[in-house]
Amino acid sequence: MTASFPAAARELLRNAQLRRNVAHATDVIRHKRDRVVEEREDWQELRDAGSAIRQHVLENLDSYLLQFEEACSAAGGQVHWARDAAEANRIALAILSSREVREVIKIKSMTTEEIGLNAALEARGISAIETDLAELIVQLGHDVPSHIVVPALHKNRQQIRELFLREMGLDQLGDTAEDLTAAARAWLRRRFLTARAAISGANFLIAETGGVAIVESEGNGRMCLTLPPLLITIAGIEKVIPSFRDLEVFLQTLPRSATGERMNPYNSIWTGTTGADGPQEFHVILLDNGRSRILADSESRQTLKCIRCGACQNVCPVYRQTGGHAYGSVYGGPIGAILTPQLHNLEQGASLPYASSLCGACYEVCPVKIDIPEVLIHLRSEIVAREQHTIGGMLGPWNLGMQAAARIFASGERMETAQKLGRAIQRPFAGTSGTIESLPFLLSGWTQSRDLRPIPQESFRAWWARRGKEES
Amino acid sequence: MTPAREPILTRIRTGLGRPGSSEPDTLAAGLSALPRGYRTCANLPARLREELFIERLRDYGVEVATVPASTVAGAAAVRLAARQARSIVFPAGFPAAWLPGEFNMLEGDLLRPEELDRVDAVLTGCTVAIAETGTIVLQTGPAQGPRRLSLIPDYHLCIVQASQLVQTVPEALEKLDPTATLPTTFISGPSATSDIEMTRVRGVHGPRALEVILTGAQEESPRLDEAV
Amino acid sequence: MRISLFIACYNDTLFPDTGKAVVRVLERLGHTVDFNPAQTCCGQMHWNTGYTREAVPIIRHFLEVYREAEVICIPSSSCVAMIRDHYPKAAEESGDAKFAEEVESLLPRVFEFSELLVRYLRVEDAGAAFAHKVTYHASCHSLRSLGLGDIPLRLLRNVRGLELLPLDDVDRCCGFGGTFAIKNADVSSAMLEDKIESVLKSGAEVCTAVDNSCLLHLFGGLHRRRLPVRTAHLAEILACTSEGAGQ
Repeated sequence: MTASFPAAARELLRNAQLRRNVAHATDVIRHKRDRVVEEREDWQELRDAGSAIRQHVLENLDSYLLQFEEACSAAGGQVHWARDAAEANRIALAILSSREVREVIKIKSMTTEEIGLNAALEARGISAIETDLAELIVQLGHDVPSHIVVPALHKNRQQIRELFLREMGLDQLGDTAEDLTAAARAWLRRRFLTARAAISGANFLIAETGGVAIVESEGNGRMCLTLPPLLITIAGIEKVIPSFRDLEVFLQTLPRSATGERMNPYNSIWTGTTGADGPQEFHVILLDNGRSRILADSESRQTLKCIRCGACQNVCPVYRQTGGHAYGSVYGGPIGAILTPQLHNLEQGASLPYASSLCGACYEVCPVKIDIPEVLIHLRSEIVAREQHTIGGMLGPWNLGMQAAARIFASGERMETAQKLGRAIQRPFAGTSGTIESLPFLLSGWTQSRDLRPIPQESFRAWWARRGKEES
Repeated sequence: MTPAREPILTRIRTGLGRPGSSEPDTLAAGLSALPRGYRTCANLPARLREELFIERLRDYGVEVATVPASTVAGAAAVRLAARQARSIVFPAGFPAAWLPGEFNMLEGDLLRPEELDRVDAVLTGCTVAIAETGTIVLQTGPAQGPRRLSLIPDYHLCIVQASQLVQTVPEALEKLDPTATLPTTFISGPSATSDIEMTRVRGVHGPRALEVILTGAQEESPRLDEAV
Repeated sequence: MRISLFIACYNDTLFPDTGKAVVRVLERLGHTVDFNPAQTCCGQMHWNTGYTREAVPIIRHFLEVYREAEVICIPSSSCVAMIRDHYPKAAEESGDAKFAEEVESLLPRVFEFSELLVRYLRVEDAGAAFAHKVTYHASCHSLRSLGLGDIPLRLLRNVRGLELLPLDDVDRCCGFGGTFAIKNADVSSAMLEDKIESVLKSGAEVCTAVDNSCLLHLFGGLHRRRLPVRTAHLAEILACTSEGAGQ
C-alpha cells in the first residue's frame, strides 16, 4: 500500500470520468438489488440464517475444514494448506511446473488477487490469462480491479475498445458493449479449448461433501472448470459452509446482493474429480494469510462471514465518490476498510477504518449481517490504543484534543468554562459574513469547503439558568 | 505436501480458545439449532408454479414452449429449424421419443471440446427446475451428459418435465441432495455480462441462446409451434 | 409529564435555539421540562473516533445525571444511536454488572425528540405553523439506527402552511460523520456537494432534520456557496406558531 486513503482519494476525486462511471454502475446494481430483494418477504430471515450459518462455521472452523479435506480427498481431490500468500503461490507453482504448464486460464478470484498469484506465475514464466470479461479488461490494461463484482467499472466503452484493438491485435472493432463482448469471446475461445490448466477461487467449500461452488455469469467459469485436464482452486479458509443444502440460503442471497439478479446465469458445484467429465486432476489450496488472526479477535471475527457480494460497496457513499482504487487493496469499499487492515495486522491500511462516515448503509444491505460500522469502531480503538503507546501518538494533536475534550465532558461546570473559552478563542477567526471561514491545523479540513457557525453569545445552559432566575 | 496443515489448525483452535475440535455431536446440535425462518416449501399450485417459471425464464430472454409429451420432438424440430442448426448433439440417455427424426443428430458425450466447438446446438434434459428463479439444474448423467456438452455449442435447448419443476430454491436443494456430489450446474438464462458500462449483453462464453420446452404442464400453449 | 432534556454538547454550545424550541414545543403540549446542568456529552465523538477508553467515564457521567429521570428527550438522533447501539457494549466490556444494569434501565427511557412526540406522547400535530417550502434530510442514524421511518414527516405534514418537498437520495449520507469530515475532508466535501445539489433540486427554502450535526455540515456548504437555503432543526419548525415566530 502506497498512499493513505485520504491522499489516494484526493487524487481520484479529480477524475470526473471515473466518478461518473462508479456512480452509474453502483446506482444500477443498487436499484436492481433493491427490486429483487423487495420481492422476497423472507429476506430478513434469509439474512439471519446466512449470518448464523457463517458465524457457526467460524466458531467451528477447524472441524469444518477437516471435514472438507476428508470428503474432498475421498472424491479424488488433493487438499493443500498454505499459511500465507507466498506459500500458496509456491504450492500452485510446484503443481504447474511439475506438469510443465506454461499457460493457465483463470476465473475471477479475489483470493488470487490478494496473494498476487499472477505476478508470481509470470516471474516463473507461466502466463495467467484472466477470462472474466472485466478481469480481462483490467489485465490487458495493466490495471487493478476497482470493484468486487464489476472490477472494470472505472473503464468506459471507448477506453475498452482502444485497449482491445491494441492488445488483441485487431484491425477493426465496433464500440458497442455487444461488439466488445464478441471480441472477447472470440479471443478467449481458442484459449479455453487448448488450455492445459485452470485456476479458480471458490465461493463456497462444502464441508459435508467436499464440493466446491462457483457462482458466475459469463460461462468463462464453466469453461475453466470443465475443459482443462488440471484444475487448482485457491480458497480462503473461511469459505467453508457445513452442508450442500446450506446453499439454499446463499444461492438466494448472493446473486440478489451481488448483481441484483434472482439467480446469476451459472452456478457450478463439483466434488473432487468425476470420470470423463471435467479435470482429471484437482487441487484445493486452503489459504490462511491472516484469517486465523482475524478469527482470534472475537469482536472482528464477523469480518470473515463475508461472502464477497459487494453490496456494501454499491450503497457506500464514500466508495461512490472514490471507487475501489482509493482503498489500496483488492478489497475496496466498506468490507475492504475492515478486511485489509486486519489481513495486514494493522501495519498497512491504518487509514482505512477512518474511511467511513459510519452511515450504516453497508450493514443494512449485508446479506450475512456483518456490522461493519461496529468493526470499524473496534479497529479505530485498536489503532488509537497503539498510537497511545508511542510518544508521537501520545503527543499528537488528535490524542491531545480528545484527552482535553474528555476532561471537559467530566462535568457541567467544565463544559461551561470551555464554552466561554471557545467564544474568546474564535474571535480572530470570525469572517466578514458572520461565520468562520478559515481555521488552522486539524480544523482546516472543515473550512476547506465549509463555513462554520460561530459559537453564539449564550449557550443553552446559560439561557436555561437565566430563564430560571427570571421566572423565580 | 501439507506442512502448514497443523500450524493453521493450531492457530484456529488457539484463536477460538480451545485445545481441540468440537465434539461431532456438539457440532451437529449447533448446526441444527440455527435459525431458519425463511420459506422452504411451495405455496403455489402447480399451474401458477409453471406460469411463474415461464415468466421468470422470459425475464432472462429465454423462450419457452409448453407442449404435451407426445409433441416434444416436433416442438424441438421447430426450434432447431428456426435456429438453422445443422449439427446437433444430445447426451446419452436422452429419450428417443424426444429426438426430432428429420435432423442429423449425434450422441455427444464422447466428443472432444474442439469437436463440440463445431456443433450448432445441443438438446438436454435436466434434473430439477426452479420456478422462482427461472433456473434449470443439470447434473452429469443420463439425458444431461458431461458438463462441456451443454456449454460449448452456441444454442442449448432444454426439455423440462413439469414433474421436475419446484417453486423454491430450498426445494431444489432438497431434491438434488441425494446426488449432491455429481457435477452440478444451475443455469438461469443464457450466459451474460454487464461488465461494460453496466449494459447487459446476452451470450458471452456459454451458449448465446437458451430455450426451454416444458412438457406435462397443466396448461399447454405450444407457443413455439405457433411461431412458425 | 416531566421530561428531562439532554440537549447534547454541540447543541448546547452551537445551537441553543434548538434547545429553546424543544422546550417551547413540550411546554406548549403541557409538559414540564427539566434540565440538569450537570449534563455534558453522550460520548459519541470519543467512541466513534476510537477513543473508546476515554468515552467510558463520559458514558458513566451520563448515566449518573439521568439516573432518576423518567423520560429523556434528546433532539439529536446520533446521540440516541450512540446510547442504544454502544452503551450496552461499553457496559459489557467493563465487566461491571452495575454499569450494565444502569444501561438496561436507561434504554427504555431514552427518546429522540420526534420519536418522543409521535411514539411516546402520541402527538402528530404539534400545533405549529410555518409557511415555507421545506425539505427533510433523513440523518443516517435516524434512518438506520433509530428506524424513525416517516415519523418526522408526519409531524411536518401537520404544520400549517408548510409545503413539504421531497429530497432525492434521501437515504444517502451528507458526509458529516463526525471526525470523518476532518480526517477525510475531501471525500466528505464531495459527499456534501452531492447532498447540496439534491437540496437545491428540491426547491426548498429550508432544509430540516432531526440532527443538527448534519445541518451544521449542510449549513457550512450552503453558506460557503452563499446559497439562499436555510437550515433548521425540526424542533425549530414545530416551535413556530401562527401567533408568532418560534423563538
